[in-house]
Amino acid sequence: MKRRIFLKGSMAAGAIAVAAGAGLLAPARVLAATWPKAAFTAKSEADALNAFFGSADAQDSGDVTLKAPLQAENGAVVPIKVSTSLADVEAIAVVVAKNPSPFVTSLQMAAGSAGGMFSARIKMGQTSPVNCYVKAGGKVYKTSQEIKVTVGGCGG
Amino acid sequence: MASTKMKIKKNKTGGRDVMVLAKHPMETGLRKDKKTGEKIPAHYIQTMDFALNGTVVAQANLGGGVSKNPLIGTTVADAKSGDTISVNWTDNKGEGGGAEKAVK
Repeated sequence: MKRRIFLKGSMAAGAIAVAAGAGLLAPARVLAATWPKAAFTAKSEADALNAFFGSADAQDSGDVTLKAPLQAENGAVVPIKVSTSLADVEAIAVVVAKNPSPFVTSLQMAAGSAGGMFSARIKMGQTSPVNCYVKAGGKVYKTSQEIKVTVGGCGG
Repeated sequence: MASTKMKIKKNKTGGRDVMVLAKHPMETGLRKDKKTGEKIPAHYIQTMDFALNGTVVAQANLGGGVSKNPLIGTTVADAKSGDTISVNWTDNKGEGGGAEKAVK
């Protein structure tokens, strides 16, 4: 009998947790116009992409180019440059798969008024594929390159 | 306030490439102080707005994964001679900085 009550209690608590989770997700999506906190705090690449683009599906595309070194001596400063010839670019995101927080940086732009280029210097904890996602015309395209890191740049 | 520098360069397509260098420590919050063993609190730029003549055309979102003194570049396709491009950034402690420059 006690066990039954306990189970009921835990189920109710589970339902509340789900509701709270849904409640938390909704404002995060609205806030995406300011700073996509959910994407930056995500611990996996798929979670980050879901938070930022709304889906983790991306299509490999030759129209997205990533200019980055094959080998970075210092993981604290890795220069990368993403450019694309796609039209109607809405957002560009850079994800380092093996970083503690994979979502590194992103750029959102007003349609037509900004071009398809984004460059930054990023930190890399270890040798990892660097994935670049470009959202253009409602679709997400990606390109990837593995960068070797000799000295990590995340943490001391 | 930290200093912010901006460079504007004409690109092949007629638009302007904007490069912004902001002086900022960009602490992830994961690093530890070697002497005391305590964590260094996170301190990084979160958003960087690029505005053309006062209208925001692009916004970069940064996190702890961006190198210190971040150099951020993008293209403003509509920029013409005489326009002004301004950049404003805000970090997780509410501090901010920016720069403004006329397009040549």
